[in-house]
Amino acid sequence: MAIKLKELAGIEERLTPGHRLCAGCAESIIIRQIANAIEAPIVIATATGCTEIATSVYPWSSWRVPWIHSAFENAATTAAGAEAMYRSLVRQGKMEDKNIKFLAIGGDGATYDIGLQWISGTFERGHKVIYICLNNEAYMNTGIQRSSATPLGAHTTTSPAGEVIPGKTQWRKPLTKIMAAHDIPYVAQASPHRWRDLMEKAQKAVEADGPAFINVISPCPRGWRHDSSLSIEVAKVAVETCYWPLYEVRNGSEWTLNYKPKEKRPVVDWLKMQGRFRHLFTPQFEHVVEELQAKVDEEWDRLLAACGEK
Amino acid sequence: MTKATVMALDGAKAVANAMRQINPDVVAAYPITPQTEIVQNFSQFVADGLVDTEFIPVESEHAAMSACIGAAAAGGRVMTATASAGLALMWEVVYVAASMRLPLVMSVVNRALSAPLNIHCDHSDSMGARDAGWIQIYAETAQEAYDNTLQALRIAEHPDLRVPVMSMQDGFITGHGVERVEILDDDEARKFIGIYKPQHSLLDVDNPATYGAWDFYDFYFEHKRQQTDALSKAMPIIVQVGEEYGKLTGRKYGIFDPYKMDDAEVAIVVLSSTAGTARTVVKALRQKGIKIGLLKPRVFRPFPAQELTEALKNVKVVAVLDRSIAFGAMGGAGPLFLELCAALYAYGNGRGPQVVDYIFGLGGRDVVPAYIERAAQDILHIAETGERGDMVRYLGLRE
Repeated sequence: MAIKLKELAGIEERLTPGHRLCAGCAESIIIRQIANAIEAPIVIATATGCTEIATSVYPWSSWRVPWIHSAFENAATTAAGAEAMYRSLVRQGKMEDKNIKFLAIGGDGATYDIGLQWISGTFERGHKVIYICLNNEAYMNTGIQRSSATPLGAHTTTSPAGEVIPGKTQWRKPLTKIMAAHDIPYVAQASPHRWRDLMEKAQKAVEADGPAFINVISPCPRGWRHDSSLSIEVAKVAVETCYWPLYEVRNGSEWTLNYKPKEKRPVVDWLKMQGRFRHLFTPQFEHVVEELQAKVDEEWDRLLAACGEK
Repeated sequence: MTKATVMALDGAKAVANAMRQINPDVVAAYPITPQTEIVQNFSQFVADGLVDTEFIPVESEHAAMSACIGAAAAGGRVMTATASAGLALMWEVVYVAASMRLPLVMSVVNRALSAPLNIHCDHSDSMGARDAGWIQIYAETAQEAYDNTLQALRIAEHPDLRVPVMSMQDGFITGHGVERVEILDDDEARKFIGIYKPQHSLLDVDNPATYGAWDFYDFYFEHKRQQTDALSKAMPIIVQVGEEYGKLTGRKYGIFDPYKMDDAEVAIVVLSSTAGTARTVVKALRQKGIKIGLLKPRVFRPFPAQELTEALKNVKVVAVLDRSIAFGAMGGAGPLFLELCAALYAYGNGRGPQVVDYIFGLGGRDVVPAYIERAAQDILHIAETGERGDMVRYLGLRE
């Protein structure tokens, strides 16, 4: 399906307005982009987190598609159970094949940390589940605690910047690569500011007809400490600095870089936009900025090599 | 009565055969001793094309129950099986399944919990999940484990309930003990379980439903009230299904199974396989003219408080045999004792028997007739003297 803005404007939203996500939260934008890109009927399982609590406040629901929340760690497996039931009922002739697609949505806490095993198992067993990580780089729903997606130097309430410790002291888990290492048909990194790329990735995930994983950076004005009008801009600078490269991996081996900045901006440009890195701009902690830049450079170089761009 | 095939089966194979006949749309399970044989046998049925089931060989028990939840919400028949640490690992989502009112059936082959590691029978696993919102049924024999599995499905799917059912049998003792088991004709079994019609389904994409919404203090309480109300309706449905099954097979099931209770002055109350050992003891004592009876509860959740109180109203002393400890509870007693005492207090109008608790068989410790006979002698002595003595005692323990 070619993506045309004019047609998109007329599409019936699958996630309705009126949900309770914060102003400037990228999560609803990302979900709408993905859900609206998929033509087929969809069933969504969502992990505990911001999106879950903000879209299902009983007795209301923001979902115009079948939707389920079970627990924090098990969205992938919940979707896998529904997908298995669908395959079973269609195979047995108990229901018609409606070409239903199954999505699981989780934040970085649900995906990088507590739910990693459930996702891995779902992918190993080959369930046709598209897993979307809304990556805002910390446990934002519970008030900004560090996750394994939180980058080096970021202040969170459990990796606070103090007199002697400059925020989080570890880098971040290379989750997209870990998912690609499952050799599943489709894995990608995306950003809401490149909406067409993101929507096409959702379509590619559907077309891949197997387990798929899309890791989407999702700026969080509350946790990242930037103005709520700047979320899309912050996402854009994350990509322009190569902190968050856009790429895809098919079958664990075919790496494609989807966007190469004309000029790679220094990561400091991105850090300066966010209050969570404010403490790094003191003489005491400025070395962390260099370390961060070194990590970004190292990962970017390896990615270029993997994608045959070098 | 319908025709049946007599087979030599252990309890795990008997349950696997019931699952084959039920032919669930999805089974998600993870192997754990002593439940493994159920999963293995069922996997073979799948491999041999004897069932239409989509089998999900998950990577953990938490994933097993998680997949069952997704599958059941998608509107078909779903079953699983577990034991011990597996049930403990899935604890979080055991509650979710019940709270979403998903009519799952889970076979539990009772095994002790760690630490220390122990693979043998006691009831700490399922007793740990007793307040999770599931119906709990305990089987004495492989035959009962088979029969209960078929009935559990009917009970779970009853439109007035839609509550998951846990169906227990004793690890190794019945789980791995080969017995004579009558297996229903496949068609008869399928006729008995009928066709399942879900109320809502995630796969009904034209009528999207939201499962597992987020409740504040303004609705959560009402939802929990609805959940407990549903369980309170279970007892007559369990009885009705048991009677129907009796007409079909000649094996009628109720809430509990009394033996020589009519004129009993003292009684033993015990769940599962130990009831068989206790019955031989009661039988032998009856031959000596001693007025002792046995009461084997089949349903533990919902707890048949009024029914048991009524059944024990003319008994002077009761020995409860508990195969687990509710650590820190009154006197370090077991769950069956605690529930029964509460029932006798709440419904006994100030009358009712004295009760003592015997903790036995933890971690698979053998319970031989001599132990139960000792308990019988104890309660006869209490009946004679009126002196209860120790409230909680131990059988077969070195001290």
